[in-house]
Amino acid sequence: MGFEAVIGLEVHSQIKTNTKLFSSSNIDYGCDPNSNVSEVDLGLPGTLPVINSRAVDLAILAGVSTNCRINKKSTFARKHYFYPDLPKGYQISQYDEPLATKGYLDITTSDAMKKTIRINRVHMEEDAGKLIHDLSNDYSMIDLNRAGVPLIEIVTEPDISSPEEAVKYLKKLRNILIFGGISDCNMEQGNFRCDANVSVRRVGTEKLGTKTEIKNVNSFRFVQKAIEYEINRQIQLIEKGKKVIQETRLFNSKSNKTYSMRSKEDAHDYRYFPDPDLQPLILSQERIDKIINSIPESFEDKISNYLNKFQLSRDDVDILISDKILCDFFDSTLEYVNEPKVVCNWILSEIIRYIKQDNFKLKGENFAKLIRAIVTGKINNNSAKEILSKVIETNENVDTLINDLGLQQESSEAFLSQIIDNVIKDNRKEYDRILNGETKLMTFFVGQVMKETKGKGNPQIINQILKERFRID
Amino acid sequence: MKRMSIESVAKGFRNKEFLPSEITKILLKNIKKIDSELNTYISLFEESALKNAILFDDDINKGNYKSLIHGVPISLKDIFLVKDELCTCGSRMLSNYISNYNSTVYEKLQYSGAVILGKNNMDEFAMGSSTETSFYGPTLNPWNKDKVPGGSSGGSAAAVSAGLTIASIGTDTGGSIRQPASFCGIVGFKPSYGRISRFGMIAFSSSLDQAGPLVTSVNDAAILLDILSGFDSKDSTSVNLPSTQCYKVLKKGKFAPNNFTLGVPFELLGDGLDEEIRKNFEMLIKSLTNVGFKIKNISLPNAQFAVATYYIIAPSEASSNLSRYDGVRYGFSEDSEDSTLEEFYINNRSKGFGDEVKRRIMLGTYSLSSGYYDAYYLKAIKIKNMIINDFNNAFKGVDCVLTPTSPELPFDIGEKRNDPLKMYLSDILTIPANLAELPSISIPFALSMTNLPIGLQLTGNKLDEEKLLKISSLIEKEVSFDKEP
Repeated sequence: MGFEAVIGLEVHSQIKTNTKLFSSSNIDYGCDPNSNVSEVDLGLPGTLPVINSRAVDLAILAGVSTNCRINKKSTFARKHYFYPDLPKGYQISQYDEPLATKGYLDITTSDAMKKTIRINRVHMEEDAGKLIHDLSNDYSMIDLNRAGVPLIEIVTEPDISSPEEAVKYLKKLRNILIFGGISDCNMEQGNFRCDANVSVRRVGTEKLGTKTEIKNVNSFRFVQKAIEYEINRQIQLIEKGKKVIQETRLFNSKSNKTYSMRSKEDAHDYRYFPDPDLQPLILSQERIDKIINSIPESFEDKISNYLNKFQLSRDDVDILISDKILCDFFDSTLEYVNEPKVVCNWILSEIIRYIKQDNFKLKGENFAKLIRAIVTGKINNNSAKEILSKVIETNENVDTLINDLGLQQESSEAFLSQIIDNVIKDNRKEYDRILNGETKLMTFFVGQVMKETKGKGNPQIINQILKERFRID
Repeated sequence: MKRMSIESVAKGFRNKEFLPSEITKILLKNIKKIDSELNTYISLFEESALKNAILFDDDINKGNYKSLIHGVPISLKDIFLVKDELCTCGSRMLSNYISNYNSTVYEKLQYSGAVILGKNNMDEFAMGSSTETSFYGPTLNPWNKDKVPGGSSGGSAAAVSAGLTIASIGTDTGGSIRQPASFCGIVGFKPSYGRISRFGMIAFSSSLDQAGPLVTSVNDAAILLDILSGFDSKDSTSVNLPSTQCYKVLKKGKFAPNNFTLGVPFELLGDGLDEEIRKNFEMLIKSLTNVGFKIKNISLPNAQFAVATYYIIAPSEASSNLSRYDGVRYGFSEDSEDSTLEEFYINNRSKGFGDEVKRRIMLGTYSLSSGYYDAYYLKAIKIKNMIINDFNNAFKGVDCVLTPTSPELPFDIGEKRNDPLKMYLSDILTIPANLAELPSISIPFALSMTNLPIGLQLTGNKLDEEKLLKISSLIEKEVSFDKEP
């Protein structure tokens, strides 16, 4: 009898506020250590937390976007443990009364079936600081810039049955958070992290097996590998007649294995209790409605528009939606030129290579001018690429640049005919060989004509005239 | 100099009888003379107090008054943070701690032109009823130096009582303003929970802590409440109401005893009550009846559980609030090359905290532990709500609840040091007001045969400080306690 896996995921994602969850320190990434800390973040005596209202709105949005019920009353709780990255000795989180509950996300399984993954809860909490161990031989250093940064935690029910489903769920969730403007979900910066609860049971049995929790996995590939490894490890244990121990495990991305971190017996007693410094969070229906009404276009609608309205291919859409920057650039270009396929092709073949660079300055409006020049035949592809390389870092006006560089495509038949006749005159031998059937040499002539026109000749017209001259149909 | 109230100092300024710097100098001189023995101050702002007082002389001379406390010397319990000043909270843990920001209480006093004299001694982290748990040694009771001044705001109460400050701001979690006020023969007032911002006030038990004045008259209590109250966006638990205007109301004086009914929970005044206090309290009730107050026997059936409830909630919150004192970022720490992180924590907290603080951290940690939480913390919260309910019922028929403040007279220094349970029981009459979040005041009304002050306690309905102070003012007049140590 085979085994099946039962998987639940907990995602921690940093939400896009300007300031921390309970203080007015800003949350910019990559600042000097301990430069974004206030007395509240440092846990100095006498300080009190004040909830960031923007963070609440974004967390509500996350709840709504994952089809959750938003609870009109939720409370904050303190989760206690001692560690140098936790200045107050407790983390402010939500425990028995979370902000949002009972949601779901649908995914498409590998056999193209729709599957619903239930979401248990979405709650808010503050992040801890960071310890840095490699700056000194004698000391570990503490950077509290991250302490108090707002997170949402999104917890599924154990509805996921395979590593592939886990990754599908995570990708979908990530897209929803990114496209909803809720989180940047930047995995390298660690602001989209996943814990996976994994257990296995024999197919047909009801009772859940003993689960293990794999902590802090921060890439889709690692999630897949970690769960794969963990499922196999557990199955092997059971087949050998051994028991799975309930414990927390860590994934090592070099060995692709999980390792025991601490057993259930060593688990912290977090001594949760309601934070007496914060009132219960009471939300009015108006506030919730306002947020629901502010959602512009759901992620699903966006995909469907790309596929149906714009007739883009499934593959192209997948690449576009893999990165919000690409989508935003695509959308903003389409505001100025209604050529979705051409825009998409150029974005996926050219823009994609530059858009993540710091010096990328090109705006959709200007890019639309380039697309229009291509579509109307004003410039050819080579010129377009040349222009693109110039405007990527400057956003200089494309139309002005076409004129200044004289890159306007030469489409005059009379002019091109004359050049072609001159080229034929200079290359009689090759001309004869073509007439004798060596049609491959066409490209040689196209190249020569292009050279003469300094690349501005309209390749279609050149081809057409050459065919007439060589009497090729 | 005879002890002075805020009102009388302000009047003296307006009548050009004296100046802020003169009053300040006299107080500083008195402190130098007798505080080495009484030990009411942990730190003295001698230089800045004099400098500010001299600046204020000019304002007073010109008749530019920022408030009634403009130029008036006031001290703070050493639990309120003042930028660039030491704030020890009576603990070795914070014996080297300099604050880098101001508490809201301090900023309001400063804005109103008070001369801040210094920081008063207190029980460590406000945990205690005698000021004996202070890392800086006990404060003595000015009435009898063998006796404790009460606690935890014992330094504040003794300083006001002995004329070493005009007023002091203390904090009250289970009676820490009222009980020392009673022991020292002065007025101590704890407003409703949330009336005065807790921002910059070191937390003991966040859901119960409340700042308030220790003063020599009910009018002074009203003056300071008006200045310190009001919503603070930095404290999510502060009540969203503007500052009170109680002093004006008291000055108008359009109220009389026969407007008010006082409820007395006689069931609480059983065996534990000192006989002399009982006798004096019974006489008080007679005289109040004589002047027109209606007295009614009321029942607060769950108040008997108040001490037990308090000693679950307060230590639970304290164990959490005090987790931040680990010696990593600030506070007492001993660096040892070969200690592990855990050993480092244990050493800092073992040596940085005193016994009473550690006792309460252990109590609180236990009652929040998984498996015990429901039986202790959650149950305590339920009883807290039942006590709130008891008071709500009582206030349907009475305007105020009247009891003695403390069941006992000031006790000997050292007497209860090794008997924490006995110490805890001395808060039995003050704790219910904290649990029910009510305003409550202690007013001195009699002296014992042994020449020790006895205080009465009035507890009002939530956020109705105005009515409570009206009644207090009438009773203060009636008892006319004018004795000083």
